[in-house]
Amino acid sequence: MPFDPVILWTDALVYSLAATVIAIGWRMQRHTHLLTPWRRVTHSASGMAALTVLFFFILIGLLDTIHFRPALDKVSDNLGEKVYSVEVLSLFDIIVTPLRNRVEKTYSAPLSAHLYTKETVELPDGSQAREFTRLTFGGAHLEDPEVQRISDITERSIRGAAWGLLTWSLIVISLGMLLARWHKINFLQMHSKIWSGATETPWYVIMITLGLVLILLGIVVALSTHYHVLGTDKVGQDVLYQSLKSIRTGLVIGTLTTLIMLPFALLLGIAAGYFRGWVDDIIQYTYTTLSSIPSVLLIAAAVLMMQVYVETHPEMFDTILARADLRLLFLCIILGITSWTGLCRLLRGETLKLREMEYIQAAHAFAVSHWRIISRHILPNVMHIVLIAIVMDFSSLVLAEAVLSYVGVGVDPSMISFGTMINAARLEMAREPIVWWTLLAAFGFMFVLVLSINLFADAVQNAFNPRIKTLSERASRSSHRLGKMLQSNRPPSRPASADIPPEAKDNKVHS
Amino acid sequence: MMPLLEIAKLKTILNTGSAPIHAVDGLELKIFKGETFALLGESGCGKSMTALSIMRLLPEVAEIMKGHIKLDGNDLLLLPETDMRKVRGKRISMIFQEPMLSLNPVMTIASQIEEVLKQHFNLHHTNSQKRILELLQQVGIPDASRRMTEFPFQFSGGMKQRVMIAMALAGEPELLIADEPTTALDVTIQAQVLDLMRDLQQRTHMAILLITHDLGVVAEIAHRIAVMYAGEIIETATCKDFFQQPAHPYSQKLFAALPKRTKRNQGLAVISGNVPLLSQAFQGCRFAERCDHAWELCRQTVPEWTEIIPGHRVKCHLFSKENRSEYQVNLTEKQTASSVEAYHPTHHQDSALLNVTNLKIHFPISQGLLKHTVGYVKAVDGISLTITPGKTLALVGESGCGKTTVGKGICLLIPITEGSVQFNGSELTRLTRNQLRKKRAEFQIIFQDPYSSLNPKMRIVDILEEGMNILIPDHPHRIKPEQQLSSYQKENKIDELLQRVGLPPEAKWRYPHEFSGGQRQRIAIARALAVNPKLLICDEPTSALDVSVQAQILNLLRTLQQNLGLAYLFITHNISVVEYLADEVAVMYLGRIVERGYVDEVLNTPKHPYTQALLSSVPVIQATSKRPNCTHLKGELPSPANTPSGCYFHPRCPYVMPICRKIYPEKSTFSQTHSAHCYLYSQNQNSA
Ligand SMILES: Nc1ncnc2c1ncn2[C@@H]1O[C@H](COP(=O)(O)OP(=O)(O)OP(=O)(O)O)[C@@H](O)[C@H]1O
Ligand code: SF4
Ligand code: SF4
Ligand SMILES: [Mg+2]
Repeated sequence: MPFDPVILWTDALVYSLAATVIAIGWRMQRHTHLLTPWRRVTHSASGMAALTVLFFFILIGLLDTIHFRPALDKVSDNLGEKVYSVEVLSLFDIIVTPLRNRVEKTYSAPLSAHLYTKETVELPDGSQAREFTRLTFGGAHLEDPEVQRISDITERSIRGAAWGLLTWSLIVISLGMLLARWHKINFLQMHSKIWSGATETPWYVIMITLGLVLILLGIVVALSTHYHVLGTDKVGQDVLYQSLKSIRTGLVIGTLTTLIMLPFALLLGIAAGYFRGWVDDIIQYTYTTLSSIPSVLLIAAAVLMMQVYVETHPEMFDTILARADLRLLFLCIILGITSWTGLCRLLRGETLKLREMEYIQAAHAFAVSHWRIISRHILPNVMHIVLIAIVMDFSSLVLAEAVLSYVGVGVDPSMISFGTMINAARLEMAREPIVWWTLLAAFGFMFVLVLSINLFADAVQNAFNPRIKTLSERASRSSHRLGKMLQSNRPPSRPASADIPPEAKDNKVHS
Repeated sequence: MMPLLEIAKLKTILNTGSAPIHAVDGLELKIFKGETFALLGESGCGKSMTALSIMRLLPEVAEIMKGHIKLDGNDLLLLPETDMRKVRGKRISMIFQEPMLSLNPVMTIASQIEEVLKQHFNLHHTNSQKRILELLQQVGIPDASRRMTEFPFQFSGGMKQRVMIAMALAGEPELLIADEPTTALDVTIQAQVLDLMRDLQQRTHMAILLITHDLGVVAEIAHRIAVMYAGEIIETATCKDFFQQPAHPYSQKLFAALPKRTKRNQGLAVISGNVPLLSQAFQGCRFAERCDHAWELCRQTVPEWTEIIPGHRVKCHLFSKENRSEYQVNLTEKQTASSVEAYHPTHHQDSALLNVTNLKIHFPISQGLLKHTVGYVKAVDGISLTITPGKTLALVGESGCGKTTVGKGICLLIPITEGSVQFNGSELTRLTRNQLRKKRAEFQIIFQDPYSSLNPKMRIVDILEEGMNILIPDHPHRIKPEQQLSSYQKENKIDELLQRVGLPPEAKWRYPHEFSGGQRQRIAIARALAVNPKLLICDEPTSALDVSVQAQILNLLRTLQQNLGLAYLFITHNISVVEYLADEVAVMYLGRIVERGYVDEVLNTPKHPYTQALLSSVPVIQATSKRPNCTHLKGELPSPANTPSGCYFHPRCPYVMPICRKIYPEKSTFSQTHSAHCYLYSQNQNSA
């Protein structure tokens, strides 16, 4: 085999998370009612734009999760077995190999052809001079950077943008064809519908976002083969590469932490609200105590303990990455433990309200067991709260990671993350002349990531919030009716509904 | 005579989503000085939107498209907002359905009324205080000088509604709009508030626009009436004409759907279908889909106004000149009394199905950090009742008297403090949780609110199956798969259940939110029936529903009783439902039963002063013989946490005697079945 697969702890969890998401999605396919709120999410323009951007982030994160150790060329002498490198790489690393390998000596500004610092060089005539030396890789193909650089960059950008546009039009055309087949109308009609915004899902917003992202991507790809688009850092590593690698760390912190805290919050919150009495007292007491300890202290203490442990047991980890990864997982766990209280409190309140609902009383009258009441009657009815809480927490966790790593109690210093990037930038900001691009890159990426998560979270919240639901549901129902009246050739979406008396369709909310 | 308020061609729409809802569509009405004008209609027909359009207080999504609203000849719709503010509260004021939500909880009553006064009059502080006192006295707040400095939460529902009325009167309005002013109140309190409104009107000669869905309330105080349906008015008449001869088929149906004692042996008329969606475009008569008389013309042309006799106008093709004579014949023929077989009351006494003795349910009131108990809410304080198989016992009483608690207590859904519940010979209170589970199939409960009694996340089939899976006879719990009904049998059973409650079998694949209130109540009934119970406890099953839907549910319950021999404990505050459905009645007051007996005995010759007051508070729907103005109850239900000494009813009783304040009266028996607890009658010596 040319590689030796490596599954780190967080990888395993991310895989299982992805599998769960796919499984849930598959299950929901068959239960249309579960899909309804999600369908409402797809009707939100800002939400869908955010999702399009998030798609790229998630793609990078997933690619960066597939880890392995590549085989080295030399074969070990005695056994004839392949020898694998000690360095663990990810699929993403392989794709962006040029970015990863083209390491300069030290700082260089974005798109520059020279180092950012003067160096003493030996001139051909033997004398020495201090000057900005040319970079080993960035702009190395230029003969006279002073003259050629700008035009070269422009030319490459245009070419990249053109590639982006081309890809985009291909996607738009094939998507249009798929949708046209789906809606059973012809291709041109579909396109005029998409671009006039007449589709329920705002496809034109998705297309425009996609277009912008692809053009940007085209430009970056075209430039990054010959330049450092976002410059290099102190040890000459490409900042763009670092920023891209940080995405996985952020996403892992955001998702795994929730995954870890969810069972606690669900179980304890619902148990407290449902059983009340002493169960409630104990759980309430626990989370009140826990949430009154400053969580930064708790995290710092736990992480430092962990650090000491790792340093005294170096034999446990065969690679640096494995060590860093364990620390990342540990950080997720400790963040999870300190952050379950909020959701738990919410769930307790909601369960207290639900347990008095008449359908729960009716279930008691049917001798339904506690466990069944919790799993069939309460859990599905608090899921919207859980979902809203998860997406809302996500961005704050990404930000928390940055802050903790900056303080030095976050991820392992060898792991690239937004926090470590910002931490490094602390010193650079004090330099003269100031090195601004690391901070700016970290800031920019984090901003886009968090903003799109927040926009998406808003869309989810609007779609799942029961109060808003009744109104928009009513609206969408009436729009369906109108749609049916206008184009009667469309087959009714649900054949069974034809047999139900008309009053069944009126499900107005009683005042 | 010039009308005080004239609305012409009013059209108000709500912009929600792509299809606007035409909440008010071409509404016309005239209200004259000094009259009470009732706007009657089922929920969702646009009554409230009409009221809010007049006040120009519509929600943001709403918009008045066209029309005139003229107050004394001036079009309110043309006024700028600043002038409109001078009209609101001064010339037109409004009271709302929920008195709890319309008062500011952090301001005293006096300061809230003062705000209104400041807005419209230039009064000095002492003068305004005097005026506030006067207003509160006018609406019958006892001890007004002290209570005006209290906060809304210190007032009961009825008192809050009085305060609202006082506030509305502060500006000495010419027109008072009352949107369902008594819907949230009990009958005895409703009677008080209606008395007050009638009385105030006679004194101040203001006009009242009364919005309601209750024919009884209309009969009590209205002079003229307009019936509203799907955003428009379909009939207007004087109250007398209307109650003597309602003309529009819809109005007639409303009357036919009312439960009454005289209809005991028949089914109630139902209006098929539901109020149409207001987002659709109408062609022809809006009632056509549900009308028994509808023909071609109705579906094509919108009917015009026709005047039957002076002052009685109706919007129906039946009354236009060409068709008139024909209809007069039909009218007598087509009176549809959907046939439920004649019902034969059999008075045989067999062994009791349910026997409750001295049931007490007290809720502890805990206070302070350590949650020590400082007292008890005596929600149910020693009641006894018996239900025989196949019979209906109605439990009647004001809200807060503990009716629902009794129902839940009998089902053992809440812990019982004391007393015994014997069901079919076995003592339920002594069973363990597991033993009780085996029994649960035999008694089931139906709740008041059809919107919260079905789990919104479960399909109808899952809802119906849940009980079946657990409570199939002989396999009370933990059934192994092979012992369960085969899925085929189960599906058959579910289809049968749905059919029995009048729903198509396809309904089982759908979710509760796709059904209307009445349909949900049917599903709740089907769910209870799924486990073949012998006793159904119905906790106000129709109080959240419109009259026409109520009729459907009552018909269903009656048919089920006949076919399956079910016994009902029917908990309600609606006397006409009791008259229609019940065999026996128990009247409850503050956690105790004060009178019980057969329906005829209790309703014809009520003995207990409370029963008498309760019956006289019920609005009577008969324009011809307005009943003599009998004494309405004063005061309100005391708190069950702090019950009065002696007879619980003594603070409100018109016949109170010294002994009533000291010892709770023993039972007085009037016949084998009829008894009451009151000192007015000779006491049984030995019975407890
Ligand atoms: N804020 C709102 N947004 C959207 N639709 C509304 C709103 N308020 C009312 N509606 C709709 O407008 C119609 C008329 O409502 P309205 O409140 O006037 O009915 P109503 O006759 O007073 O009913 P009820 O007796 O239940 O109070 C109904 O279909 C209702 O669903
Ligand atoms: S116009 Fe026709 S459909 Fe409408 S109420 Fe009259 S008879 Fe019925
Ligand atoms: S016992 Fe006395 S207070 Fe009670 S109802 Fe009878 S007369 Fe009235
Ligand atoms: Mg209303």
